[in-house]
Amino acid sequence: MWGYYIALALRSSVRSKALTVLVVVLLAFGVSACMVSYAVFRATTSDPIPSRSAHLYVPQIDNFGPSKYSGEPPDTLSYTDAVALWQARKADRQTLVYPTQWQVESDNRSVPAMSMSGDAVAADFFSMFDVPFRFGSGWAPNDDARHATVAAISSRLNKKLFGGQDSVGQGIRLDGKIFRIVAVLGDWNPKPRFFDVANLGPLSAFDDTEDVYIPFTRAIDMKKAPKYDYCPSYSTDLGISNWGKYLSSECVWIAAWVELATPTDVKRYRDYLYNYAKEQQRIGRFSWPPNVRLRDLMDWMAYEHVTPRASTLSMLVSASFLLIVLVNVIGLMLARFMRRAPEIGIRRALGASRATIYGQFLTEGATIGVAGGLLGVALTLLGLWGAGALFEPNIARLVHPEFSLIALTVLLAIAATVVSALYPTWRAARIQPAWQIKING
Amino acid sequence: MVLTKPFMQLRPILAALRRHKVATLLIVLQVALTLAVASNALFIVATRIVHLSRPTGTDESHIFVIRNQWKIDQNAAQIDANIRADLDTLRNVSGVRDAFSSEAFPLEGGGGMLVGVKLKPDQTMRPKLAIVYFSDDHAIDTLGVSLIAGRNFRPDEITAIGPYDKMAPPVIIVTRSLAHKLFPDGPALGRTVYLADGPATIIGVMGSLQGPYAGSTTRSIDEDNVLVPARYIDPSGGVVYLVRAYSTDMKPVITAALRALSKQGNVRLIDPMEGVVTLPQARERGYATDRSVALLMGILSGLLLLATAGGIVGLSSFWVGQRRRQIGIRRSLGATTGDILLYFHAENFLIVVGGIVLGVLLAVLANLGLMKVYELPRMPLYVPLVGALVLWSLGQVAVWSPARFAAKVPPVVAIRAE
Repeated sequence: MWGYYIALALRSSVRSKALTVLVVVLLAFGVSACMVSYAVFRATTSDPIPSRSAHLYVPQIDNFGPSKYSGEPPDTLSYTDAVALWQARKADRQTLVYPTQWQVESDNRSVPAMSMSGDAVAADFFSMFDVPFRFGSGWAPNDDARHATVAAISSRLNKKLFGGQDSVGQGIRLDGKIFRIVAVLGDWNPKPRFFDVANLGPLSAFDDTEDVYIPFTRAIDMKKAPKYDYCPSYSTDLGISNWGKYLSSECVWIAAWVELATPTDVKRYRDYLYNYAKEQQRIGRFSWPPNVRLRDLMDWMAYEHVTPRASTLSMLVSASFLLIVLVNVIGLMLARFMRRAPEIGIRRALGASRATIYGQFLTEGATIGVAGGLLGVALTLLGLWGAGALFEPNIARLVHPEFSLIALTVLLAIAATVVSALYPTWRAARIQPAWQIKING
Repeated sequence: MVLTKPFMQLRPILAALRRHKVATLLIVLQVALTLAVASNALFIVATRIVHLSRPTGTDESHIFVIRNQWKIDQNAAQIDANIRADLDTLRNVSGVRDAFSSEAFPLEGGGGMLVGVKLKPDQTMRPKLAIVYFSDDHAIDTLGVSLIAGRNFRPDEITAIGPYDKMAPPVIIVTRSLAHKLFPDGPALGRTVYLADGPATIIGVMGSLQGPYAGSTTRSIDEDNVLVPARYIDPSGGVVYLVRAYSTDMKPVITAALRALSKQGNVRLIDPMEGVVTLPQARERGYATDRSVALLMGILSGLLLLATAGGIVGLSSFWVGQRRRQIGIRRSLGATTGDILLYFHAENFLIVVGGIVLGVLLAVLANLGLMKVYELPRMPLYVPLVGALVLWSLGQVAVWSPARFAAKVPPVVAIRAE
């Protein structure tokens, strides 16, 4: 029966070629625009660390006062607050993060000195973020306390300096100081690079991870200035005359992350943050009531607008495009089905029930949907291939033609046509058999 | 007579449309949605294009930038000597017109130093925010900006400033935009303002010069820049050299400049990949997001309009097919082919007008929604109105061929049994 309906559908398509081609092409464009946008949207809204993201939180404390940032606390913390939070150890694990740049030299004379980026972090960084190790492992918490001169480096840097050999225990010169390598990271490239977003902003959220990680405490000892900071008042803070004054200033530049296992822990930590800010108000540092936030990882990504505007806007417009195509297809299907009113009348007169007519025309819709879907897959692949020209390079490289995407394209096309065939089919099934036969007799 | 003709046909058209309520409604809906989406998308394209084609005010096509980092363990005096020697070297490279050192450059996408400018030392009002370019007597010539009032720096006015030093230059040059914001009522030249740590006299006002941020969020201060006469001595952050070449083909000049610098001793690091950038390259990178948004929205709007046109062609053809008999009767009762053409064009016009009314409403609503989510400016009403004009023409073009087809229906169809 279904086979017969499909054959009927094909035969009627041959009869009204132009209309069929129009429907198939429209569908293909609508569906593929949606799928290309969706592929990019999915990649840019993905969870960088699905197994843990629900337990990772970013604390924020307002040390600028209510007039800044339209009521939101700054994205990063001042040195004073960051260290206070870190040393309080109120979470299961906690780390501080700020991006730094280093001059890297090795004893290998053939490798020229390089300038490399990385982060100053605490020991918990590696366990909190599930960082894989190729060789060795992260430093211990007491290395933080000892301000140890140790470093973890990326596989890429390890390859450059040591030819990919196990370099744990070897020395690496960072800004002229010899650091002992304790770990070589494995293949680790979370997208987005969530832990640096607070400092580097959403534009570099999809860049690759950097190469050098050293203890936060050691970086502070070396007066390692952050790449970016925000100060509450540039007219007074630009006069900061030395590192000690900078550390005690209200300039913010350190991201804090805490791991909290249960909702009770989250509640407790939120209370702790509130009380901390309350205490700062009591001692006169803040002249405003506590204004603190504790966002989990995915909320934080949304708050920081990590998903590029191009991605959300194109998703929005492509979805509208598909909607318009659907309205279009409804009209064209209506034309297509009503043109066959005499045929339907005769089938009905010969005993076909309404359900049969439904079956026939919905099958016809689905058949056209399959055709639209197949052309849509081709256009989607073309779109993904051309994504490099449409999106920024670091976004475009995140999308790949996966099987799930292709299957979804075909399904979407079929669903779209069947939905738009519903009303025209209903109209077709209501055709009075006698009436059709009479006027055409 | 010609003009009143379409209106005489209004009654039969309305009667026909009433019999095809759903099909009519579908076209109206489609035109409305298309208008709402396309006018907003094209408005975004327009704002992005305006944003990304803003001039920097510099001679962009001839300028390149060297990002120079200092090897560690050099003190401020050594670095200052390096910068002086480097600038001498760079200015003598063949093909180089001029060069100066700074901490930031136009289109960099960040990295500029912000400074509060006060009119009085004890001002309690929030100071006017401006962006600093460290510069010297060669900066104006290197950037290719015009000095519209006052004078350039003198060589003896150039000092050295480190990241923790007090910023109190005795003389500064400001952009026209900043001058106007500081002193809206009179000339800024010769007036004294107060930077972070002391008074500074405005000795020159230059034309337009863009700050290094190039983003949408800093747009309000993009043109408010101060040239501070100092070499920036930052042992950890390094320095940028801005170099203006004579030719737009900067490759050989860049190679020569890097070779000349490398002969100045092993004091620096210049990244082999990111170390040198020309301003045209910086423009391309700085506005990549805006270009991407504009391109995507443009393509999608184009597809949208094509889809709508296709839909109108399809449905109109169907209607013509359905009404062959009716057309035949009208023809045999004396209607000319012109009457039939007019009938279909007028019908399409009416339907599209319905869509446009609904569409302008939807477009404005969508814009209000987008303004909340994306910091978009308010869409001026002429945008959807121009969109309406486009859709109206699109409808007329789309109905063109079906109407011609209808006009060809011979009167004899009326009496021929199908």
